[in-house]
Amino acid sequence: MEFARSTVLVCGGTGCTSSGSQKVMKEFEAQIIAKGLEKEVKVIQTGCFGLCALGPVVIVYPEGSFYSMVKPEDVEEIVSEHLLKGRIVKRLLYEETVEESAVKSLNEVDFYKKQQRIALRNCGVINPENIEEYIAVDGYRALGKVLTEMKPEDVIEEIKKSGLRGRGGGGFPTGVKWMLAANSPNVEGKFVCCNADEGDPGAFMDRSVLEGDPHAVIEAMAIAAYAINAEQGYIYIRAEYPIAVERLQIAIDQAKEYGLLGENIFDTGFNFDLEIRLGAGAFVCGEETALMTSIEGKRGEPRPRPPFPAVKGLFGKPTLLNNVETYANIPQIILNGADWFSSIGTEKSKGTKVFALGGKINNTGLVEIPMGTTLREIVEEIGGGIPGGKKFKAAQTGGPSGGCIPASLMDVPIDYDSLIQIGSMMGSGGLIVMDEDNCMVDIAKFFLEFTVDESCGKCTPCRIGTKRMLEILTRITKGKGTMEDLDKLEALAYDIKESALCGLGQTAPNPVLSTLRYFKDEYIAHVVDKRCPAGVCKDLLNYVIVADKCKGCSLCAKQCPVGAISGEVKSPFSIDPAKCIKCGACVEKCPFKAITVQ
Amino acid sequence: MNEKQTVAFSGTKEQEAQLIEVINRYKGTDGALIPVLHEAQEIYGYLPIEVQTIIAKNLEVTMAEIYGVVTFYTQFTTQPKGQYKIGVCLGTACYVKGSGDLLDKLKEKLGIAEGECTADGKFSIDATRCIGACGLAPVITINDDVYGKLTVDEIDGILAKYN
Repeated sequence: MEFARSTVLVCGGTGCTSSGSQKVMKEFEAQIIAKGLEKEVKVIQTGCFGLCALGPVVIVYPEGSFYSMVKPEDVEEIVSEHLLKGRIVKRLLYEETVEESAVKSLNEVDFYKKQQRIALRNCGVINPENIEEYIAVDGYRALGKVLTEMKPEDVIEEIKKSGLRGRGGGGFPTGVKWMLAANSPNVEGKFVCCNADEGDPGAFMDRSVLEGDPHAVIEAMAIAAYAINAEQGYIYIRAEYPIAVERLQIAIDQAKEYGLLGENIFDTGFNFDLEIRLGAGAFVCGEETALMTSIEGKRGEPRPRPPFPAVKGLFGKPTLLNNVETYANIPQIILNGADWFSSIGTEKSKGTKVFALGGKINNTGLVEIPMGTTLREIVEEIGGGIPGGKKFKAAQTGGPSGGCIPASLMDVPIDYDSLIQIGSMMGSGGLIVMDEDNCMVDIAKFFLEFTVDESCGKCTPCRIGTKRMLEILTRITKGKGTMEDLDKLEALAYDIKESALCGLGQTAPNPVLSTLRYFKDEYIAHVVDKRCPAGVCKDLLNYVIVADKCKGCSLCAKQCPVGAISGEVKSPFSIDPAKCIKCGACVEKCPFKAITVQ
Repeated sequence: MNEKQTVAFSGTKEQEAQLIEVINRYKGTDGALIPVLHEAQEIYGYLPIEVQTIIAKNLEVTMAEIYGVVTFYTQFTTQPKGQYKIGVCLGTACYVKGSGDLLDKLKEKLGIAEGECTADGKFSIDATRCIGACGLAPVITINDDVYGKLTVDEIDGILAKYN
C-alpha cells in the first residue's frame, strides 16, 4: 500500500451526503490534483462520524483536525493552507475542538467524551467500500478464530456469556436465540437473516452501520451461520436506503472475491452465501415473522408464534434472525471475549446502545453510549442541550412502539428493563427530544396515525382498535373530547396490548399510554378547557387582536381569505372566531404584532 | 385500489422486452415477485394493471397475488409520478420540527393532495417515512435534491427553480 503523509476523511453518510459531502469530496480530489499533491495526500470517503448536525464533516489526519459544515468553496483554502503549508484552517474547525490557542482532540469534545464505540467502531474511520481497510482493523479475524479454533457450541456459549441482547427493540438474549436455532436439525437447509428494515421514524443507526462498516455485519452473519449450521443468509434492507444497499452489495462482492463468503471459507469446509433482499416500504416487515413472509415474496403479514422462526421460519426452515446493530457487536465479542463485553453496561443490559439523537437538540446525530447512561447525560452533555434556550419537555424512545419520558425521569439509567418500567422501551434506538413547543397529545396522535397507516390489517385489534383510538384522539385535539373519552382511550389501549397478533400491534398503544401517564394534564386541558397548552392543535387556537396595539390599518382584514376580520379604519379591528379558519395569514401581515394566538 | 387511473398506459415494446428479460432472470428463484416488481417499477416508473398483467403471465403468478403485494407495500405505486417527485419527510425528527407545515404549504401551492400528480405531469407530492437525514430536519426532497432545515417561506423559491 502506498504511504500518504496526510489523509482526508470525508463523511459519506446519508446526513452529510444530503448536505453536499459528495461535492466537497470531488472538490478535494480536484484541488489536490491541481496542487500536485495526489501522491502525498489521500482522500477517503467514510461512513457516518455521528455529528450529522454539522455536516458535511471532514477530518484531516495525522492532525485529526475536525472541519465542520465544509462547503465546496472552502476546500481550496483547506488544501492550500492545511495540506500544502501545514496551517490548520481555524475558521472551519468545529468550534468545540478549538480551545484558546490549542486544538483539542475529538475524544475530549463533549459529544464524544461519554461515548463508547463498539458497534460504530469503524464508522467514520475506514473506507466502507474497501475490504482491505476492514481487514487492516482486525476485520474477519473473528471469523477466522471461530472457524479454526472454536466449536459451534463454544461460539454460542461465548455469546450467551456476553449478555448481548437483541438491539432491534425486543431485547431477547442473543445467545439463547442462537442456541434455539442451533438445536433445530438442518434437514433441508437453514437460514441466517439480518433485519435491516429500520422503519422507526427518526432512527438511523442500522443504516449508519451498513453505510460505514458493512463488512462487520457480513462477518457476524458468517459467524452466526457457523454457530447454527446454516449455509445461506439474507439481509432484508429498506429500499429507502440506497447508499447502504450499494455499499452492502460492494462489500458482499468483495468478500466473495476474497473467499470470505462462498465455499470452503478459510479452507475449513465451511460454506456460507449471502443475498440482499429489498424491502418495499412496509413498517410491519420489521417484525420478524412479517419480514420472512416478505422475503418469500408475499404480502408482509406476521403470523402467530409458535412455531418460532428458530423452528419454522423462512421458507418453512429453521431461521435465525438478528438486527444489524446486534450483529455489529459480534466480531468484537469474539475477539475481546465475553468478559470484556459484559463488563460494560448494567447488570441486565450489557454493552452499549446506539441512539439516533434527533428533534429539538443541538447535536443531532448518532451516539453510542454504555447501557446505564442517563437521559440527562445524553441530552445535556452529549446532545449539547436544547436550541433557543427552550425547556426540555420529553424524550421519545422506541418510535411508534415506545413512549415519552418526562423531565422528571431524566436521571433514570437507560437500559432495557428500566425503560419498560417507565412505560417506554429501548426500541431500535430512535431518541427524539421534544421541548415546550410540542404538544404531547399531538405527538401521541402522530404515532397513532403512523400505526393506523402501517397496520397490515391481519388482526382485528390492530386494524380496527388503533383506528378507533385515533378517532378519539382526533376528537380531543379538535376540542370535542370528553373525560369519558380518556377512560375509553385507556381501556382500548390495554385491550389492544393484550390481544394484537404481533409485537407491533401489541406495542402500538404505548405512545398514548405513556403520554396519558405523564402528561394527563395536557389531555385534560384539551378536553375540559378546550385549550392546547403548547399551541399546536389548530382547532383549539384563537386568534385575537390586541386592541392596545392595533392601529386600525386594515392590512389584516385585506389579507384574511375568509373575511373574518372587520372594523373601522384607525380604530381597533376584531376577528370573528366563528369565521376564522386559523390560517395565521393576518399574524404574518400585521406590522404592529397586534395579533396573538391564545 | 380506490383511485382511478388518471393517465393512459403508454408502455412500449422495448419496455416489455426489458421486463420479460428481468422476469426470466428471476424465474425459479425463491421469493422472486418483490425483486421483479422493484425492477418493473424502475422500467415503467409505476405499476399499472397492464404491467401487472405482463408479470402475471410470464412469472406464472396469479393476478390476485401480484395485486395483493403491489397494494401492500408503499414503495409500489399504481399511479404515475411527476417529472419532479417531491418527498416530504414525515419522520418524527422532521415532524417535531414542522415538516407537517411544509407539506400543507406544498399541497396548497400545487393544488394536489399527497400521492397525486399535477395535471401537467410536472410535480407529484408524497409524504415519506424517515429518510434518515434527521440532522437536517425538516427535510424535503425533489428527485435527488435534498433541501434541509427548511421554513415554510422558502417553499416558493424552491418550487420556482423547477418551473
